[in-house]
Amino acid sequence: MKKDIILAGVGGQGILSIAAIIGLAALEKELYVKQAEVHGMSQRGGAVQSHLRISSNQIASDLIPLGEADMILSVEPMESLRYMPYLSTDGWIITNSKPFINIFNYPDLNKLLTQIQNYKNTLVINADEIAAKNGSLKSSNVVLLGAASLYLEIPYVNLENGIRTLFGRKGEDVVNKNLTALKAGMESILQIK
Amino acid sequence: MEKLLLLGAEALAQGAIDGGMSGIYAYPGTPSTEITEYVQKSKLAKDKKIHCQWSVNEKTAMESALGMSYAGKRAMVCMKQVGLNVAADPFVNSAITGVNGGLIITVADDPSMHSSQNEQDSRYLGKFAMIPIFEPSNQQEAYDMTREGFIVSEKYKTPVLIRITTRLSHSRYGVQRKELIKENNLSLPEDPKQFILLPAIAKNRYKILLNNQKNFEADSESSLFNKYIEGNDKSLGIVACGIAYNYLLENFPDHICSYPVVKIGQYPAPKNLINKLSTECGELLILEDGYPFIEEMLKGFFDCGKLIHGRLDGTLPRDGELNPTLVALALGLKTKEGLPVPEIVVNRPPELCSGCSHRDIYDALNEAMISYGEKRVFSDIGCYTLGALPPFNSINSCVDMGASITMAKGAADAGLIPSVAVIGDSTFTHSGITGLLDVVNENSPVTIIISDNSAVAMTGGQKSAATGKIKNICLGLGVEPEHVRVLLPLPKNHDDMVRVMKEELAYNGVSVIIAERECIQTFSQKKKENKK
Ligand SMILES: Cc1ncc(C[n+]2csc(CCOP(=O)(O)OP(=O)(O)O)c2C)c(N)n1
Repeated sequence: MKKDIILAGVGGQGILSIAAIIGLAALEKELYVKQAEVHGMSQRGGAVQSHLRISSNQIASDLIPLGEADMILSVEPMESLRYMPYLSTDGWIITNSKPFINIFNYPDLNKLLTQIQNYKNTLVINADEIAAKNGSLKSSNVVLLGAASLYLEIPYVNLENGIRTLFGRKGEDVVNKNLTALKAGMESILQIK
Repeated sequence: MEKLLLLGAEALAQGAIDGGMSGIYAYPGTPSTEITEYVQKSKLAKDKKIHCQWSVNEKTAMESALGMSYAGKRAMVCMKQVGLNVAADPFVNSAITGVNGGLIITVADDPSMHSSQNEQDSRYLGKFAMIPIFEPSNQQEAYDMTREGFIVSEKYKTPVLIRITTRLSHSRYGVQRKELIKENNLSLPEDPKQFILLPAIAKNRYKILLNNQKNFEADSESSLFNKYIEGNDKSLGIVACGIAYNYLLENFPDHICSYPVVKIGQYPAPKNLINKLSTECGELLILEDGYPFIEEMLKGFFDCGKLIHGRLDGTLPRDGELNPTLVALALGLKTKEGLPVPEIVVNRPPELCSGCSHRDIYDALNEAMISYGEKRVFSDIGCYTLGALPPFNSINSCVDMGASITMAKGAADAGLIPSVAVIGDSTFTHSGITGLLDVVNENSPVTIIISDNSAVAMTGGQKSAATGKIKNICLGLGVEPEHVRVLLPLPKNHDDMVRVMKEELAYNGVSVIIAERECIQTFSQKKKENKK
C-alpha cells in the first residue's frame, strides 16, 4: 500500500490538523508515515502545502516526486490547482469549493470551478457550508477529510481514532464536533455517488 | 524504548535530552525554532530542569552554551544559518578554546530560502572552524547524531556542528529512542588557562586543534554515518550528503541504488571512502542539499581528471534545494511530471494579518513621508518586513537583524536627512541597541520607529526579550526624553501618529518612536487559553 497526498491551503486554514489525523490513523494501522510541513514565512496568509506519504514499506524521500501524488486534498479551490505538476495521471483532486480571498486578483470563482472540473478525477464540495450546517464552521477541514476518507485506503474507524487522539486534550465537545464533521463529509460524497 | 513520530528538529531535541544535555540556548529562526520549543514543552526536560529559555541573540546563546560547557555540563546551541554569522566570533573561537562538557552547535540551513535572506551552507563555517560536522539524512540519524555529537565532543574536547536543512527539520518520521544518558556533574576545566585566548595560549590551543584534524578524519572514515554501498553499475559513482541520500534512494525500486554510493553524514569528508569510489567508478555525481561543498573540493582548482557532475556543471541546478525529481533528472531517469499549473492560478504571497499593528504604523508612516519623498526607510527582519509589499510599499531595505538603524545612520552621514529606520522589538534587542548607541553618540538625524508587538511574531510568537524594556533602554542609551515618543498604533489614532511622526522627522537629531500593541496572533492565543 502506498498513498502520496499533497495537502494544500492558505496559512492558518488547518491543513496540519488533517495531516495529523491521517498520520495518526496510518500509524494505528502500523503503516509508515512521513510528513513534510511548511513553517515560517508563508504561514502568514500565504499558500501552504504539506507532503503526506503513507506506505506499508519504509519511505525514503520527505518530498513526493513530481507526478506521483495520488491525491491533492485542498481546503481552498485555487490552491488545489497550484500543485498539479505533482498529481499522477490517475490522481484525485479533492477540494473545498469555498474560496479564501485575501488577494486583489483572485480569479473568477465560476471559471475556477469549471477549470477544476476539467480534470480527470475531481471531487468538489462546499465543506464550509456542510460544516456550518453541522454546527461548527471551524471543522470544515475535517469535513473535507471525511469526503476524502473513501479514497484513502485507511479504515474510517482509524480516522475517527485519529480525531480522538488529536483533539482529546481539548475535551469531549471538540472531539464530537469533529467526528460529526468527518461523518458529514463522508456522507456528502455518498450522496453524490 | 518507545518509538515517536518526530520532526527532524524535534528528533534533534529529543536526542539531546536523552543524550544528557543540561541546557539548550537559542534565538528563534526558521527552520531551527522547533528544536528549542520541543525542549520547552518536554516534560522530561522540565523534570530534569534543563535550561531552555530563549537568548537575546545567537551570539549570547553561543557564549552561554560555551559557559555551560566550561562548567562541565553538556550544552546545545541552535540557530538558523544566518544566526551563525552573528555567533561566528564565539563559534570559531570555541574551536580554539575547546570545550569541557560536550558542546553541539546545531544550525538549520534553508536552501531555496523559504524563510531566509540567503541559502548559505553552514558546512563551510564548520570547516572554517575546523571542527567535526554531522549532517543527518533522516529523523533517526538526527536523534542519533545529537547523542553521538556529545560523545565526540567530549572525546576530543571540541565543539561539533550539526547541520540540517529545512526539509528534514520540518518533516516527521518514526524515531526509535535509546536509553537515557546521565547528565554531567559540575566540573571545572583541568587546565585553568584553557579558555584564555591570549596570543601565547591561543597559539598552543590552535596547535591542539590542528593536531586533532587527523583524529577527526580518522573518525569520519569509520563513522556509522558514512558508508560505502556497493552497486553493480560502475559507470557512475555517487556521493550523497545528508538528506540527498533519501532523494537518491527514492528513485530506485526497494531503495537499492544500482550505482556504488558513498553516503556522507559526518565530516571532514571521508577521503578513503571517496577515493575508493573514484577508483572503482567511471564518473562521479555529487548530491548535496546546499552549496557544492564536496563537489568543489573534489573538482579542485584545475578541474582535471575525473568527470564530476553536480551543481557546478549544470547536472543539477546551481541554487535551491534538492528534491527526488531533480535527482532523477541528474541520473537520466524518466520523471512523471504531472500537468502544468493552469494559468488561472495566481500568486498568494504572505501578508500582514488583519488587525496587525504594523499595518497602522505603515499607514501613518506613508502619510508622514509624503513631503520627503521615497526611498528613505531602512527596515529590518520580522513580520514588518512584509511592509515591503503592496499595499504598503513602505520600506527600502532588509539586510540582517539590526541593520535598519545603522544603515539609516550611514545614509544620514552621507546627507540623506531625515533617514528613517523601522525595526521590531525583538530585532531591536537582538542587534539594534548597539547601533542606537552609535546614533546617539553622534546625534545623527535619524528617526527610529520601533514597532513593538511584544512578541517574536514571524517565528511563531515566542516571548520577546524586549517586552516592557524598550523605553528605558532608549533613555538609558541617552536618547533625549522629549524625543522618545510612545504611540498606540490603532486605526483610530491614525492622525495622531502621523502628527508625531512628522514632528520627529522634522527634528534634526535622534528620535525614537515606540509604537506598542501586542501581536494579534499571540493576543488571541492568550485569550483562548484564558477562556479554558
Ligand atoms: C540572525 C537572525 N536570527 C534570526 C532570524 C529569524 N527571524 C526573522 S524575523 C524574526 C523575528 C523578529 O521579531 P520582531 O523584530 O519582534 O518582529 P515581529 O516578527 O514580531 O514583527 C526572527 C527571529 C533571522 N532572520 N536572522
